[in-house]
Amino acid sequence: MEFYGYERPDGSVGVRNHLLVLAPIDCSFEPAKRIAHQVEGAVAVTQHHGCGLDWMVAHNLIGIASNPNVAAVLIVGLGCETLNADIIEEGLKPTGKRVERVIIQEEGGTIRAIERGVKLLREMAEEISEQRREPFPLSKLTIAVECGGSDATSGIAANPAVGMAADLLIEEGGAVIISEPQEMIGAENYLCKRAVNREVAEAIREMIQRQVRRLEAMGVESRYMSRGNIEGGLTTIEEKSLGAVRKGGTKTIMGVLRNDWSGLDKPKGGGLWLQDGTGWDIGSVTHMVAAGAQIVVFTTGRGSTVGHAIAPVIKVTGNPETYRRMGDDIDINAGTIIEGVESIREVGERIFNLIIQVASGRKTKAELLGYREFAIFKRDRAAERLLGFC
Amino acid sequence: MARALRIDEVDNVATLLSQASNGEIVEIISCGGSIIDRVEALESIPFGHKIALIDIGEGEEIIKYGEVIGVASKPIRRGEWVHIHNVESVRLPERRV
Repeated sequence: MEFYGYERPDGSVGVRNHLLVLAPIDCSFEPAKRIAHQVEGAVAVTQHHGCGLDWMVAHNLIGIASNPNVAAVLIVGLGCETLNADIIEEGLKPTGKRVERVIIQEEGGTIRAIERGVKLLREMAEEISEQRREPFPLSKLTIAVECGGSDATSGIAANPAVGMAADLLIEEGGAVIISEPQEMIGAENYLCKRAVNREVAEAIREMIQRQVRRLEAMGVESRYMSRGNIEGGLTTIEEKSLGAVRKGGTKTIMGVLRNDWSGLDKPKGGGLWLQDGTGWDIGSVTHMVAAGAQIVVFTTGRGSTVGHAIAPVIKVTGNPETYRRMGDDIDINAGTIIEGVESIREVGERIFNLIIQVASGRKTKAELLGYREFAIFKRDRAAERLLGFC
Repeated sequence: MARALRIDEVDNVATLLSQASNGEIVEIISCGGSIIDRVEALESIPFGHKIALIDIGEGEEIIKYGEVIGVASKPIRRGEWVHIHNVESVRLPERRV
């Protein structure tokens, strides 16, 4: 099986051909957005953690710009930031893609910076407009799985169906990333048992344990089950977490992807990978895209609208009522499982087929709406040090 | 007729896809969509909640997704509602650092 994508100089394959206008700090984000507005196919992103050099933030910005969905990059900096264009440009060298920069203080203000930025970006747009989609094997695909706004249907319909699609992609050589370590609390034994070796099993246990300790440090009970969970039919934290991790499928876990000051790991081949990320949906999706995911599959029970700046987001609901009410936002109705119309396997195959279509250019509901969510999450370094994690 | 989904073949509980009333026959279906069992609900069980597929003794494991989700805190009969009143988490306090 194959999909049609854009080949990049480093051999990776994009499913989209975005021009990224990257403001390494939010001080230059307004001019960056104005530049992006002038050129079709351009999208501007930034981070909101200040201009000091935080390597977790820097690794993720570089990761996003390295994602194969990005054809070329224009960095728009202010000039005095420590997390600056040099760091981003250096990080992008291995990708071989075209990178340009406009520094506002050097250009002499907003108007000149915008003028130069738009000229450069138009030139880049012209260049990439000649690129054509070509066929590639599914082993060139990495998807991220995420959930948000879960309900009683998530663990029995949407998540198992997405897990089925994840398994099918892995059988074709593709990679799947799942994050949200907070949702893995209680599923440690299950995940460790599926690790490719003891080292990976240990890394999984340590990652989840760190999350337990962060929650404890915040004064939150890690085995906490909300009243809504219990009323919905979830009996224990194990059941809740097993239902959540089911969206990653049932295959062997190849490794834990680092996502901190020391580095941002990318999957080293096909299979299932766990990322040490966050439970905050948009931050979590952005980190998995920074780790190389070209497509996101997002399950929701109560309904979600999210898309992403550079990756198509396929939304799946297991709740037939949510699909009826929010069909404008949701791509796949897995509520047919609840209604007895389709099996988990049938919906899983439908999701898998849609992944291939979206990889080849079909637009998702969030893309049709023009949604471009983006957020970089950063851990509190002081707290991490106090907990002995760095 | 009410229906319930058994996700993994080793599971001893299934999750209700529609509410079951006391005495109602519940069709148990697999991930592939085939009917693998019919169980009489011994009490009313809400949508999204679990029904026991076999008799489960006190202290025995509750299996869903092919994994242990807890242990029975009292004996559970086939057809009974399986929830916080008869199941406890096996996530022990000593696991917390």
